Amino acid sequence: MSVPEQADPPGEEPEVTRWRGTATDPEADRSQAEESTPEAVARLRRHSRSLLADLLRPHRRRLAAAVGLLLAQNAAAMAGPYLVMIGIDRAIAPLRAGNPGPLVAVAGAFAAAAVTEYAARRGFLALSARIGQAVLLDLRQRVFGHFLRLSVGFHERYTSGRMVSRLTSDLDSIAELVDGGIDSLVLAGLSILSVAAILLWLDLPLAAVTLLAFPFLFWLSRWFARASASAYRRTREAVALVIVHFVESMRGIRAVQAFRREARNQRIFVALGEDYRSSSLHAFRLIATYSPAIKLIGNVTVAVVLCYGGWRVLGGRTEVGVLAAFLLYLRRFFEPMQELSQFYNSLQSATAALEKLAGVLDERPAVAEPARPVPLPTGAGRGELTFGAVSFGYRADTPILAGLELTVPAGQTVALIGPTGAGKSTIAKLVARFHDPDAGTVRLDGIDLRDVRDTDLRRAVVLVTQENHLFSGTVAENIRFGRPDADDDAVRAAARAIGAHEFIAALPEGYGTQVHRRGGRLSAGQRQLVAFARAFLADPTVLVLDEATSALDVPTERMVQRALSTILRDRTALVIAHRLSTVETADRVLVLDGGRIVEDGPPGQLADAGGRYAALHRQWRESLL
Amino acid sequence: MPVESDGDPAARVAAGPHPVHNLWRLRRYLRPYASEFAWLLVAGLASTAAGIAVPLVVQRVVDGPVARHDPAGLLQLGGLALLLGVVEAVLIFIRRWVQSSSAVGMEAALRADVYAHLQRLPASFHDRWQSGQLLSRITSDLSVIRRFLSFGVFFLVLNLTTYLVVVLLLINLHLALGLLVAASAVPLLLISRRFGRHYHAASRRMQDQQGDVATVVEETAQGLRTMKAYGRGVELAARFAGGARTLHDTGVGKGRLLANTAALLDLVPNLTLGVVLVAGAAAAARSVLTIGELVAFVSLQLMLIWPVQSLGWIIANGQEAATAADRIQEVLDTPPRITDAPGALALPRDAVHGRLRFERVAFRYPGTTTPVLREIDLTIEPGETLALVGATGCGKSTLLSLVPRLHEVTGGRITLDGHDLRELRLDSLRRLVGVAFEEPTLFSMSVRENLTLGRPDAGDDEVRAALALAQADFAYDLPWGLATRVGEQGLSLSGGQRQRLALARAVLGRPALLVLDDPLSALDVHTEALVEAALRRVLRNSTALLVVHRPSTIALADRVALLDGGRITAIGRHSDLLATVPAYRALLAAEPPAGQPPPAGAAGPTAPTADGRGLVRS
Repeated sequence: MSVPEQADPPGEEPEVTRWRGTATDPEADRSQAEESTPEAVARLRRHSRSLLADLLRPHRRRLAAAVGLLLAQNAAAMAGPYLVMIGIDRAIAPLRAGNPGPLVAVAGAFAAAAVTEYAARRGFLALSARIGQAVLLDLRQRVFGHFLRLSVGFHERYTSGRMVSRLTSDLDSIAELVDGGIDSLVLAGLSILSVAAILLWLDLPLAAVTLLAFPFLFWLSRWFARASASAYRRTREAVALVIVHFVESMRGIRAVQAFRREARNQRIFVALGEDYRSSSLHAFRLIATYSPAIKLIGNVTVAVVLCYGGWRVLGGRTEVGVLAAFLLYLRRFFEPMQELSQFYNSLQSATAALEKLAGVLDERPAVAEPARPVPLPTGAGRGELTFGAVSFGYRADTPILAGLELTVPAGQTVALIGPTGAGKSTIAKLVARFHDPDAGTVRLDGIDLRDVRDTDLRRAVVLVTQENHLFSGTVAENIRFGRPDADDDAVRAAARAIGAHEFIAALPEGYGTQVHRRGGRLSAGQRQLVAFARAFLADPTVLVLDEATSALDVPTERMVQRALSTILRDRTALVIAHRLSTVETADRVLVLDGGRIVEDGPPGQLADAGGRYAALHRQWRESLL
Repeated sequence: MPVESDGDPAARVAAGPHPVHNLWRLRRYLRPYASEFAWLLVAGLASTAAGIAVPLVVQRVVDGPVARHDPAGLLQLGGLALLLGVVEAVLIFIRRWVQSSSAVGMEAALRADVYAHLQRLPASFHDRWQSGQLLSRITSDLSVIRRFLSFGVFFLVLNLTTYLVVVLLLINLHLALGLLVAASAVPLLLISRRFGRHYHAASRRMQDQQGDVATVVEETAQGLRTMKAYGRGVELAARFAGGARTLHDTGVGKGRLLANTAALLDLVPNLTLGVVLVAGAAAAARSVLTIGELVAFVSLQLMLIWPVQSLGWIIANGQEAATAADRIQEVLDTPPRITDAPGALALPRDAVHGRLRFERVAFRYPGTTTPVLREIDLTIEPGETLALVGATGCGKSTLLSLVPRLHEVTGGRITLDGHDLRELRLDSLRRLVGVAFEEPTLFSMSVRENLTLGRPDAGDDEVRAALALAQADFAYDLPWGLATRVGEQGLSLSGGQRQRLALARAVLGRPALLVLDDPLSALDVHTEALVEAALRRVLRNSTALLVVHRPSTIALADRVALLDGGRITAIGRHSDLLATVPAYRALLAAEPPAGQPPPAGAAGPTAPTADGRGLVRS
């Protein structure tokens, strides 16, 4: 495996980066890496565009309506200066002659235009907010849903902080564009186009002079597009790192405080914030250059048109009113361009975020739903697990399992023991299909797990780990997580069976206690009990326990074990535990080492066999005295 | 937000004397940029003036050289327009350049301050605030404020100034028409005020909902494996969809509010323009006004459209910034309850004997009525090890957290060598106490950094000794040794490995007090025996308080205290308690599960594996 660049001798690295240490997984810093190649950038750009198109597709009708309103608004807005011109050129002379008719007509038209503009603008803004919000909602749900579908392996690489950053900060920056009015972008574009048409119609030579500005505008915009795209990409990643650090230090705030980590954390946070600050500053300075440059081009054009137009009026080739109107329109031509540059900036920022999201949506779930799912057989006596020549490694260069063969008959309880890295948890994760094997198959009742629909698999197999995550909500809701359609009685029965009922009933609001709110603080052991009740309620065919009982006191553990022995009697179970009290209740013990099974047999038999298990067993007996 | 308790996130009321009060309080973050701001305003006003001058030049051109057929004058005025145009652009460039650095600088400084404050706030605060709500404050809310302070507030000033200047010029050009335009400000004001009020409420709602959504996201990210294990993607997606939909509805509502107002703000100047046109044409017909003046008047008036039109956005942005500032001040206004008392002592390690006393200590979590701990009286002599035993959830971990003052006692006091812990400097106290939590927290950083969290100055020998004691020498065999990144973004370690690193961290530097919460729970029997032997040597020199679940670990303790119902119900030697206290026996009797006869002695002892790792670990 190639050593990443960070592996420089620590002494040569600046303090602010050394603390990070060296990632063993080169993928850990992937999101920076993914931007490095021009092909990858181009691919993401393309995908973000097609994502945008895809998001907008369901709103075609509304978009058409919005564009209609926009055109109406634009036409009405454009009519203003034109009516002013008519008013000046055509209405004043008749008025002097005592004929107010033309003026009244102009005034009426003007009022009509103003009201139309009002109605169209109001309708358009409301409609575009609805479209924008609907797109945001759709995007949010898509990205979130996709994150849920992606495999555990992906998440281990991507890390929770980045996921949070994608779904908050990146979406914010798209929302900013929606709020800021993507409409204004369109409107400004439209008004520039229509003004250009009017200018051409008003006075061709003057318009030709105006058009001279275009190559400059184009060149400037192309420069800005390129520079800001890469600048905003950097800000997205920089803010992600800020968020990652923030989330992690808030999550571990007890350790931070107990070990007086605050000052150093602060330095790191400030350093990360400084990266974000300087990358944002760079992006902002680009727009700080681009926008006045556009203004400059506009102002120079106005001055040139003024001279040239004045000269034409002097020569009698055009009228004063035309020149006046032309200059008015010219303002309307360059003013939106100013706005346009502003919105172009938001667009660039949003695009960088959209690229990140497109990158997530591009990830194919490594553990995919089968194209043609095979139903699991139903009925009693199910739950036979077979590992057929299974090889697996988290990284290609370090295999954990190599050609593992194992059959667990239905209803058997198997305890897995062995040193760190022996592959016990890996076997558990393969059974729960957190990963697919690199080679070979894991079968449940003869069916390759890859052919089983996720919902079927989850009903059949449940993995309980030491993590015992509780989601915010009530205790009852957390137990019901195992089987969402369970009624209250079933929830209570599960808690009772596992011995969790007493402590839950003693909570301030019993089963209705919010686990993440005041008074709902559960200890590690209580959380484990809730997690067990959840697994009990799920009632799977195969139960996998990965170090699930470590935080329990002895009587509680005993109670859980009694419950387990009932639960496990008629189902297949894989139990990973370092407490031999748990192991002893198993039908069969597997001792693993280096991804291979080195001992296999009933615990009683192995205890007498004189191998590793026997040694452990003896030590354990001694520790109890 | 009221400062009672630890700042209750549930009480989401934007208090304060004025809606923008909290925003105004943030002005100190702009102070370092005061001179820049002065420049900015000057540049902004000058550029606006230059921009306003252009129509006036146009008027001169139409009335002057064009009317008089004077090509030289035309060129002169044209040159002037060019000059003004260049000056305007350059001034805008300067303004924006300066503006960007002050805005992002202010944002970074405020973010660092919020983070620093959050680090000071006690565990009870963090227990109660959803992390997503905190996160959304340092991201979304801060960028809203940044946007307002960099553009909103500036344009507010600039556009108001532009408006005033233009109106004055208009009045100067033609009194009656000018006053008419000035009068149009009244409806504009009324519209803006009403809008501001409604938008304020909506934007606060939106920001809180953003925090809720961020919370769901963060929680899901954390509970991902559990979600996968139960295949509950659909339920979580539905929960997220609920939050996202609320956000959507609020967003649509805000959009509608803005649409109504923005359109009205557009209508008013347009109607005014219409009236001016009619009246102006009439005036021109009576030759009270030259056509050039009328053109200039109308051009000037067109300059009002943008400032007025943008008013809606600026107010919206301002209200968002105001509510974002409220949300940030809610955090900053929460006083860190656990702080150094005035005149607090620093105890050097050498001066500490290590006599730890709990005197009628009581504790209840803020916002609850039932105490978790009551009348705890305990004395741990220097060098003594006391084990704390009790049923799951009886408050053992809470009791431990009082020693490094992660939580503060709500009654009684804890003393170290006779000093109330509250009279000690917090960093001094926490330096004296080595802690290992029941859940070993490792951060995404190198092993060394994780070990030396509290002692960045620790030498290699100290680190080596701590690792050896915790049987955590495996750390040297990691791909990059102690420089290997662990934690979420690094190498994942097993529960036992994490626990051993956390133990090494606690004992690093030989703290005077050791507070260990079930420190060996995830270790296998073999490693546990080795750690225990090593720990015993350390415990001789430290006063220690351990939470223990297993009979095997109790041997470490000199005495055992039984915690039941928030009180110490028994205290004494393990064997005595086993003999005399039934409740204690029930908790710790080392009988194997029912129906398992004690087996006969098996084969010889396991040799320690070469790499120092336990045999039964994964």
